[in-house]
Amino acid sequence: MNTLTQETRESDRSQAEQFTTPTASVTEIGDGYRLEIEMPGVQKDGLEISVENNELTIIGKRSVPTMEGTLIHRESRPENFRRAFEIDPSIDANKISAKIDQGLVTLTLPKAEHVKPRKITVS
Amino acid sequence: MKLIRYQAPNSTPWPALDRWSNLRDELNSFFDMPFWSGFGRTGQLFTGWSPALDLYESGDHFVAVVELPGMRKDVIDISLHDGTLTISGERKRESNNGETAQRTERYVGTFRRSIALPTRVDPSKVTATYQDGILKVTLPKAEEAKPKQIQVS
Repeated sequence: MNTLTQETRESDRSQAEQFTTPTASVTEIGDGYRLEIEMPGVQKDGLEISVENNELTIIGKRSVPTMEGTLIHRESRPENFRRAFEIDPSIDANKISAKIDQGLVTLTLPKAEHVKPRKITVS
Repeated sequence: MKLIRYQAPNSTPWPALDRWSNLRDELNSFFDMPFWSGFGRTGQLFTGWSPALDLYESGDHFVAVVELPGMRKDVIDISLHDGTLTISGERKRESNNGETAQRTERYVGTFRRSIALPTRVDPSKVTATYQDGILKVTLPKAEEAKPKQIQVS
């Protein structure tokens, strides 16, 4: 777990607005990493992804549909989602891409060119 | 019939408890070590996957709302038996060669949620939609369970 994305531990900022921590999985793929975060009820417009000081922050705002009737049983949480990771220096922050499909955010974090394994031909 | 109690995966009702979720992450990363890899999914090892379910009631129908992020709709099963709504399905592991899991919190495997409905519903009129990772099941009440106005003659 030392290679990628250590999760950053700051609770100070999250106290201003209440967030809930979404479930996330990190997979090392050929020349980068795939980060999957579960954000049910979040649409593309509700996603805010930013990189600042080597910290990757993903915020997902739920688009709450208006439901008619009375809520008689509740397990879901009303807060928006937030999760932050520290990006490993080997990752090219300019090339991070993201998509969301059925409430699952998938980020692709490619490794920077200079850390990719390279074959050197003997001439 | 199996009713499984819901367990909120990340409930931190008070900010002070955030530190416990940090501790949990620490423990999770311990379980991420290769030694444990044969043991199954970390975090959910003892609890299984129990998606959050909300139930709304209005005059003539119920709506069950279930959080199921990142599923395909054809693997979600909805059944109604003896007034109990059951939603089940399976998320398959998507692993390719040359990929290494660094942190695995997302649950892979089967889930099943059941909820007993307070009144009878008409099974032939149940409809469901799946959007943004949220399953919405609309269950119209049976004719005899609908509220009725009685005129005083």
